[in-house]
Amino acid sequence: MNETSPNLSSTLRSNSLRSGPDDRGRFGPFGGRFVAETLMPLVLDLEAAYARAKEDPGFRTDLDFHLTHYVGRPSPLWFARRLTEHLGGARIYLKREELNHTGSHKLNNVMGQILLARRMGKTRIVAETGAGQHGVATATVCALFGLKCVIYMGATDVERQKPNVFRMHLLGAEVKPVTAGAGTLKDAMNEAMRDWVANVHDTYFLVGTVAGPHPYPEMVRDFQSIIGTETKEQILQAEGRLPDAIVAAIGGGSNAMGIFHPFLDDPDVALIGVEAAGHGLDSGKTAASISRGRSGVLHGNRTYLLQDANGQIDEAHSISAGLDYPGIGPEHSWLHEIGRAQYVGVTDNEALDAFTLLTRLEGIIPALECAHGLGHVMKIAPTMRPDQIIVLNVSGRGDKDVNTVAKHLGVEL
Amino acid sequence: MSRIAARFAALKSQGRGALIPYLEACDPDYDTSLALLRAMPEAGADLIEIGMPFSDPSADGPTIQAAALRGLKAGATLGHVLKMVATFRETDHDTPIILMGYLNPIDSYGPERFCRDAAKAGVDGLIIVDVPPEEADLLAPHTTANGLDIIRLIAPNTTEERLRTVLTGASGFLYYVSITGITGTTSATEAQLNAALPKIRAQTDLPVAIGFGITTPEQARTASRIGNAAVVASALIKTLATTLENGRATERTVPTVVDEIRALAAAVRAT
Repeated sequence: MNETSPNLSSTLRSNSLRSGPDDRGRFGPFGGRFVAETLMPLVLDLEAAYARAKEDPGFRTDLDFHLTHYVGRPSPLWFARRLTEHLGGARIYLKREELNHTGSHKLNNVMGQILLARRMGKTRIVAETGAGQHGVATATVCALFGLKCVIYMGATDVERQKPNVFRMHLLGAEVKPVTAGAGTLKDAMNEAMRDWVANVHDTYFLVGTVAGPHPYPEMVRDFQSIIGTETKEQILQAEGRLPDAIVAAIGGGSNAMGIFHPFLDDPDVALIGVEAAGHGLDSGKTAASISRGRSGVLHGNRTYLLQDANGQIDEAHSISAGLDYPGIGPEHSWLHEIGRAQYVGVTDNEALDAFTLLTRLEGIIPALECAHGLGHVMKIAPTMRPDQIIVLNVSGRGDKDVNTVAKHLGVEL
Repeated sequence: MSRIAARFAALKSQGRGALIPYLEACDPDYDTSLALLRAMPEAGADLIEIGMPFSDPSADGPTIQAAALRGLKAGATLGHVLKMVATFRETDHDTPIILMGYLNPIDSYGPERFCRDAAKAGVDGLIIVDVPPEEADLLAPHTTANGLDIIRLIAPNTTEERLRTVLTGASGFLYYVSITGITGTTSATEAQLNAALPKIRAQTDLPVAIGFGITTPEQARTASRIGNAAVVASALIKTLATTLENGRATERTVPTVVDEIRALAAAVRAT
C-alpha cells in the first residue's frame, strides 16, 4: 500500500477527517474507480451530475422537502430508560431510523439519488438489495415518481426475506433473483452492474451502500449524513453535550457512515462499527470484512474484503441478509486504518439475544442488522459510568425478520 | 519487436486480420485447457487470449461466468495460468499470449511479482478489465519494466475526448468492446463497426481487435477486416460446455473446440 500513501497524507493535511475523498475518489489508499471502460463514461457522468446538484440550492430544497414530508424526518432520538436501567451503565439513546417511511435508513439515500437520476433524465432504475430494505426503498420512490424499477436480489435472500419481495412486487418493481455464487448481496451487486452496462442510455444504478466506484461512497455518505447531523443537534438539546460513543451495525456501512461522518472531527466521540461475526469471528462463517479481511478490489473500489489467499472473494455469512456482504465501504477501511473508528464483531446468537431484549424492554422490534449494534452496546454499556452516553443507530425495523427469528427460536408461524 | 507487434506486422503484409480465440484457464481442468491451448495455433489462432478465473467477473455474461467457476472448481490459480503459458512456450515461441482478467487476484499475488513472473512465463500482454486508465498506475510501472503490453478497452460509449485518455499508455493493440453490455450477449452490426472504427483510427496507429458478441465465422471475418483482429470467446466456451459430461472433459472436448477455431480461421483467411 506504500505507493498510495501520498493520498493518505494529503487527506490528513486538510486538517479535517471530513474532507475525503480526494479527486481520485480515494480515502487514503481506499476507494477509487475500478470499473470496466464501458462503465467509466457513466461513472464520470454521475460524478459531474452530482457535483452540479450539490452546488444547486434548488436540489437541496427539493431533497429537504421530500425528506420532511415523504420520508418523515427528522427521526427521533429516544432515551431508552428501561434498556439503560437493565444494562446498568451508560445512558443509551436510540436514533430511530426505523421510523422512516419504508422502515429503515435506506430511504434517505434512495430519495437523494432518485432526485438526481431525474435531473439526469434517467427513466429506469436498477438496484441491488440484500435484506430487501434498499430494494423496498427504491421500489417505493420509483412508484412515487413513476419510474421503471428492476431490483436484483440473491436467490437465497429472496427466500429468507419473502415479505420484502412481496412488498417490492406490490410497489410495481420487477425482482430478479440471482442464482450465481451463494445467491446473496455480492452476487446481486455483480448482476446489477451487468444490467447497468447493458442499458447505459436510460438506466441509473442506485447503489444502496457507501461502496462501489467513486462517486458512490461519497454520495451515499452525504445523503445518509442527515442521520448524524440530526443526532448531534438532538443529543446537544437532550444532554447539553456530545455522546461518548456512537454504535452502528455495518454491512456495506451506510447507516454507520451516515451517523459517524458529522462526528469525525469530534475526537472525544468514540465511533464503533459492528460487523456481523456470523458463527464467530474465527468460524470461517462470518461477514466481518475488517476483522477478518484484507485490502483488495471488488465492485469498483479498493477496500477490506473477505478473500482467500489467491484473491478469490469468499462468501460472507450472517443471519442478517443486510450484513451478508464480503466487503465494506472504503471510507470505513480508511477510518479503521487511521484508528478513528473501531470495528468489532457480534455473532448471530448475540444479535438474536439483542433483538429479543430491545423488543421486550423498549417495545421496539429492531431489524437483525441493528440488533448486531445493540449486541455490542450490551457488552460495553455495563462497563461505562452512568454519566456517560451511548447513541445506537436503530437503522431499521424488524418486521421483515420475524420469520427468520421465529425459525431460530424454534417457533412455527 | 514484441511478439504482438511482430505478429500484427506479419499479418499486415499478408493482407489479413487476426483471429484471437479465448480460453478460460483450467476450464474444465488444467490438462484439458493446456491441450486446447497447444492445439490453437495449428488450428489457426494468430494470437491467444487466456482468461484468468475470478469469483466475481462482473463484466462477463453467463457463459464466461460459468467457465470461470469451472476453472476455480478445478483449483485454478494465477500460478496455474503462468505454468500453462510457460509449458506452451516450450514449443511455441511466436504466438502472442494475452492474459485477461480482473485486478483482485493480481493485487493479491502482488502486481510487481505478477508482472515479472508473467513475462518470465512468456506472456505478452495483459487486459485487466476493472483497471481503467485512472487506476493504471498500479500496474503500469511493472508492465513497462517487464516488457508487457497493457491492452486497453474502448467501448461504443467512449467519447473522442475520453479516447485520448484511454490511448495514453496503451500498447500492443486496442480492444474494441463492440457492444455496451457484457460478454457473449448481443452483437454489433457491420454498420455500427464501420462507423466506430474510423474514430479510433483517427487517433492511433495501434491495431484494433474487436470483441464481445462475435459468434459466427462470418462475424469473425467481418470484424477482422473492419478492425485488425476478431476475438471469439463465449461462442467457443459454449461449444466446450456442450462436450462436458457432469462438468468433466470428454474425448470430444478438445477436437470439437479446435474444429470450431478451424472454421473461424478459414473465414478470417478466405480471400
